[in-house]
Amino acid sequence: MEQRETAVRMCGISKRFDQKQANTCVNFELYRGEIVSLLGENGSGKTTLMNMLAGIYFPDEGQIFVGGREVKISSPADAAALGIGMVHQHFKLVDVFTAWENIVLGSQGRYDVSRAKARIREICDKYGFVVDPDKKIYNMTVSEKQTVEIVKVIFRGADILILDEPTAVLTPQECERLFEVMRNMRKDGKSIVIITHKLNEVMAISDRVVVLRQGSNAGELETAKTDPQEMTDMMVGHAVTLDIERPEPVNPEKRLVIKNINVTDVEGVRKVKDVSFYMNSGEILGIAGISGSGQKELLEAIAGIQKVDSGSVVYIDENHKETELIGMHPQDIRDLGVALSFVPEDRLGMGLVGNMNISENMMLRTFGESHKWFTDRDKPRKVAENVVDVLEVSTPGLDTPVRRLSGGNIQKILVGREISSDPKVLLTAYAVRGLDINSSYKIYDLINEQKKKGVAVLFVGEDLDVLMQISDKIMVLCDGEVSDIVDAKKVTKNEIGLLMTSMV
Amino acid sequence: MLGFLAFIPRAVAQGIPLLFGCTGEIVTEKSGNLNLGLPGVMYVGAISGVIGSFFYENSVGSGDVNAFLAVLIPLLCSMAGSLIMGLIYSFLVVTLRANQNVTGLAMTTFGVGFGNFFGGSLIKLSKADIPSISLSKTSAVFRTSLPFAKSLGWFGDIFFSYGFLAYTAIIIALIVAYILKKTKVGLSLRAVGENPGTADAAGINVTKYKYVSTCAGCIIAGFGGLYYVMDYACGIWSNDAFGDRGWLAIALVIFTLWKADLGIFASILFGGLYILYLYIPTGMEHMELKELYKMIPYVVTMIVLIFTSMRARREDQPPQSLGLNYFREER
Repeated sequence: MEQRETAVRMCGISKRFDQKQANTCVNFELYRGEIVSLLGENGSGKTTLMNMLAGIYFPDEGQIFVGGREVKISSPADAAALGIGMVHQHFKLVDVFTAWENIVLGSQGRYDVSRAKARIREICDKYGFVVDPDKKIYNMTVSEKQTVEIVKVIFRGADILILDEPTAVLTPQECERLFEVMRNMRKDGKSIVIITHKLNEVMAISDRVVVLRQGSNAGELETAKTDPQEMTDMMVGHAVTLDIERPEPVNPEKRLVIKNINVTDVEGVRKVKDVSFYMNSGEILGIAGISGSGQKELLEAIAGIQKVDSGSVVYIDENHKETELIGMHPQDIRDLGVALSFVPEDRLGMGLVGNMNISENMMLRTFGESHKWFTDRDKPRKVAENVVDVLEVSTPGLDTPVRRLSGGNIQKILVGREISSDPKVLLTAYAVRGLDINSSYKIYDLINEQKKKGVAVLFVGEDLDVLMQISDKIMVLCDGEVSDIVDAKKVTKNEIGLLMTSMV
Repeated sequence: MLGFLAFIPRAVAQGIPLLFGCTGEIVTEKSGNLNLGLPGVMYVGAISGVIGSFFYENSVGSGDVNAFLAVLIPLLCSMAGSLIMGLIYSFLVVTLRANQNVTGLAMTTFGVGFGNFFGGSLIKLSKADIPSISLSKTSAVFRTSLPFAKSLGWFGDIFFSYGFLAYTAIIIALIVAYILKKTKVGLSLRAVGENPGTADAAGINVTKYKYVSTCAGCIIAGFGGLYYVMDYACGIWSNDAFGDRGWLAIALVIFTLWKADLGIFASILFGGLYILYLYIPTGMEHMELKELYKMIPYVVTMIVLIFTSMRARREDQPPQSLGLNYFREER
């Protein structure tokens, strides 16, 4: 560690978008053969900083040195020429292309299929990737796509790799495999930057942690000499308790009984197979599973927006009156107090309209309530003010189109709106997808608050640690089927991981 | 049988302008630009060729035209006209990021107006009695077929009786298909149309690809207009005679699933459908049926649209970012 060779040095980098300062005078250094975690809350400018290294954005101010030489990186091609490659959070892959077409895309040199495939195999063998070069991207799992991305970057000769939240969509087993590959690459002298929110991963994989806060340097730590608490405090700027509270359910009673539900999607694939469970008031039922295991369809079926082949969903209200939800109009189901907040991968896909502003988006839920000719704009505005205030949404104002906000902030608005509708049953999926610690805990608190109020909560999550901490029970889905329903207090992470892939 | 043999060359002649338009639009759409200005582009391609040829024929007077110049001048003029249309569209859509549908429709309106304006002006200049321009000398050169075609009977009629532009259309379609399928440029172009963000991150110059493919597509499509006037219409330009062939070419792109080689057969098929009404005997007392038969290509297009939208295969879908403009720093 003594005589480390600098791979990249970024000095005094600043960048602003319209009205928002994304980075202010940031310094960043990366040495050969190390793994650095870049840690920070949403909107703290981690991805922006790395995008400038990858040539996606161009810095307004500052200098970048690669291998001791000052460079100007004005396009991804420049970055590639300098040996810098980035794996983005949203994969940059062409769906209808095969793996090898994606890997070869844009590379210099002759177009030689067999030689390209041979190189891909060589890279795979060297670092331990598993890739079928002829497989189409749209047939791949998330983890396979990610592998293609990393192979692509190495194929193009990168020795400086940037991974933007690579583990957000992987199972624990897949994560472990990724880390193994990363360690192999480090051994080979490559430098890796990993952007992440998950502190246990920072501890597991990185040599050094660089923390950003609100677009500026907040500090730098050596992983071996720090702990999650210190990192969090540095990231947030004030002390944060890391434990998610799990209040005991208060006299739970059955609120929603789901029996033998089957759902087939438009392509004729059975997405939900004979799923039965019940939800109690004042309890959080966590749902674990690899993404695409039927979570979305199940939630939509309950909310009435997905056609159900067979099965029943019975809602039981406080007075023990039973209502069959299947066949009801989604609006009527919502009026009963069943709220759905699904955060899709692109965040804007469901529930929010990108070009509308925050209070208009709040209005989407309530415009039906006022039976007048003219819409009531004051109430949604108040709701919006409240959500922005409580969840600390960072926005130039209530009139900013939602599309212009950062992902985390968009999400807060979506979840905040659903909670503000005062539901009896709250279905949330990926509520903290990609959110930083501070915002995530805000959302956990909000969900727990609902729980204490006696709301039956269904919590679909990706982060198993969180799922295990917040839920009372966990239902594990695998390929549309219930693998098991377990007690969250007793189960281990590994057991859930195995249930997710049905290897028990 | 004889009727059918006579039908095929006519179907081909009808199909060639469609083929040019279809190939051009495929090249353009593969870059993610949905150029609804295609009818206008083809119109401008035609009138530009007519303008060039008109002045050349006039300068020659009553003498013979030089065959080489008679081809080259309209060809270059047509290319220039279509190129300018392509540049305008690209500038609006790629550089200024204007809405593609609106821009395309405006380009069509503009192109047709441009053609009719200059067509009308030339008709005035030529002081003809009928509202059309006749460029018979140029047309004769464009329509020159291979000398041995006549001696081969029906075989010659079907395969060798066309002017050089018809063969050019087929060759261009084949080349485009090859480039898209087999070359690095084709791979990059497809990537730009599917997912410009990915292409950009891979170091492909998205703007350049969009410009070049849109302009190249326009030039190819413009030849369709030129072929229509010089070969199909025997060198006679009259305003609005080109009809709705441009729209049909756009429909063909969907019909062929963005495959240029398929376009060769599809355009000839559509060319046949376009004139089928002339070959279905209706008798004098049921002329109204003819009008119904004229609907055939459009009905087929609609049926095709229904089928293509039902199909689920990912490879057969339009380029994913078709109609969307790309801006790197958008968040």
